[in-house]
Amino acid sequence: MASLPTAAVKHTSPETMPPATAPATAQAGHAATRTAGATAADVRRVADAVRRRVLDYTLQNNGGYLSQACSSAELLATLYLRVLRLGPSTAPLVPRPFAGVPGAGNPEAFTGADYNGPRDPALDRFIFSPVHYALVLYSLLIELGRLGPDGLEAFNQDGSTVELIGAEHSPGHEVTAGSLGQALSQAGGIALARRLKGERGRVWVFMSDGELQEGQTWEAFAALAHHRIGNLGVYIDANAQQCDGAMADTMTIEPLAGRLRAFGAEVHEVDGHDSDALAAPAADFGGGDRPLAVIARTDPCRGVELMRARAPRLHYLRFKSDAELQAYAALLATLDAEARA
Amino acid sequence: MIETVTRPHRAHLVRWAAQRPEVLVLSADLTASCEADLFRDTYPGRFFSLGMAEQNMMGFAAGLAREGFFPYVHTFAVFITRRPFDQVAMAIGYPSLPVRLVGFLPGLTTPGGVTHQAIDDVGLMRLIPNMTVLEAGDATEVTSVLDVAQAVDGPVYIRQLRGEVPRLFPADAPMRLGRARVLAGGDDLCVVSSGICTEEALRATAALRAKGLGVRHLHVSTLKPFDDPAVLDALAGVRLGVITMENHSVIGGLGDAVAALMTKHGVGGRLRRLGLQDTYAHGAGKAYLLREYGLDAAALVRAAETLAGARLDIDDSDLAAVRMGTLTAAEKTEDL
Repeated sequence: MASLPTAAVKHTSPETMPPATAPATAQAGHAATRTAGATAADVRRVADAVRRRVLDYTLQNNGGYLSQACSSAELLATLYLRVLRLGPSTAPLVPRPFAGVPGAGNPEAFTGADYNGPRDPALDRFIFSPVHYALVLYSLLIELGRLGPDGLEAFNQDGSTVELIGAEHSPGHEVTAGSLGQALSQAGGIALARRLKGERGRVWVFMSDGELQEGQTWEAFAALAHHRIGNLGVYIDANAQQCDGAMADTMTIEPLAGRLRAFGAEVHEVDGHDSDALAAPAADFGGGDRPLAVIARTDPCRGVELMRARAPRLHYLRFKSDAELQAYAALLATLDAEARA
Repeated sequence: MIETVTRPHRAHLVRWAAQRPEVLVLSADLTASCEADLFRDTYPGRFFSLGMAEQNMMGFAAGLAREGFFPYVHTFAVFITRRPFDQVAMAIGYPSLPVRLVGFLPGLTTPGGVTHQAIDDVGLMRLIPNMTVLEAGDATEVTSVLDVAQAVDGPVYIRQLRGEVPRLFPADAPMRLGRARVLAGGDDLCVVSSGICTEEALRATAALRAKGLGVRHLHVSTLKPFDDPAVLDALAGVRLGVITMENHSVIGGLGDAVAALMTKHGVGGRLRRLGLQDTYAHGAGKAYLLREYGLDAAALVRAAETLAGARLDIDDSDLAAVRMGTLTAAEKTEDL
């Protein structure tokens, strides 16, 4: 077996790492840590807040990836609150401006992984694949106190890292995954490296179902099974939607569970809005010899019923009229009032 | 007669990696064909078979590199640079990860035909920001290129040779990053060659010199970055002009790099680029293809005649007389 390449590996002060304890968010009034015993009710509260914030920014920008928030809010909140073993954020609450592209001549370049805490052999890693969901992740990081409440002031602004479609410098991002279907392979390499180094921490990948249309995704699952990579888990937001419309009309990937099982993964198919069902497959995962795939069946209009009128074109919401914008604004006002009540 | 070394990469890779536990090899079903089989057998825990799935292999290499390993990806050059171009550009190039892409069968060195002949790999890899592009031209460079690549902070594409490889350069004169080898001086013509073309060029320049032409000749092994001051010096102040010679399309490779340098600095006069003239090739023997596509010593003589505006009366027998030894691989029978 390979020895640990000690000199080459850049770790961030592992000795002094406390166990996973993220700062509680004073604003949201809940603890943002897995070890604090977050419940389905905590997830629901955070997920609802994420939906409201994404709706708010969709209104402000006269468009946005709203359906992705509707489908994935519980899933991403469950990952951060109940699945991922992360340390507290080591990144600034106010997002850093873009520091230039990575390269030998640019020591200032960084990734947004430090919003997920320090690198440590015992801690998990989170790889965010469908980066057009970036606004959902930023909003979640705000609810968890990992990003400041004003973190979205830089959203989609020139020179900012809080980009519309995230890249590795964006908060919560570790790899540049915008060419969809590429992150799983990179996560596989990270997981293999962690096994070679004897690290206990796991690697979690969040994917969209459309990425299962890419051949590379299946190459990756084949490689994960072949190399018995049992420290990598994938959560798939199966909202059955893609840019052109319904996946069933564009290029079906079903039967997804059967396909993934045939490729050697341990597969669970759950209600993607049920936090307990989402969290259960991850409990104690990590000691086996095959990857985990959780198919989260989700509703792309959950919490924003208005959007159903637009089906099957739900990928990017752009308001067609002022009346439509006003209807969504009224919904946000209602949701905000409900949250305060 | 030039010494020929049999499969220099195969044993060297094993020796070289012995004290480098952070070096891994990734392969896509062409392990022995890329001379990585001895590494696989010697260090099975550091060798990973990724199957015929190059897109995924590039992602795995990127992930391993992010964790501190140095993956040496071995496959044919076409399968590194064409099929998974997006993965190389986004997963490896953008984050500037220390992945070393070792591509075999450059240009016309394979009878495998258009699917196996990498005629655009240098151009494709030069296009990727952060990528360093190296090309081995003989047995000395086949082995010393690993030290050069390993010292680079960022991704590296290595255009590598396999099988029977001539030793044109002394074993104690290793490849150096960004440093061309000045093989001869002269003030009439400047010849800049790379890879296997250097051996052909040596035959032609000897014949040209016998006719009284002063030919300066440089061998280039770093195709990006392309900023060697010795190359710029050689391009300047030459009477008849410059000839580049590369086992690659004339678009995107050595010829274009030289052209850009000449125009940037306003030096060098006329330029003839020998290489594949914006065409695909086909499956045939190397000598046949080099002649068909104007990449042999005779083609260099013709280019020199064009720049000189005169016939030099050099025929095949003259070139054969200065023949310094040839690649003796039985190309037609080699495994693909």
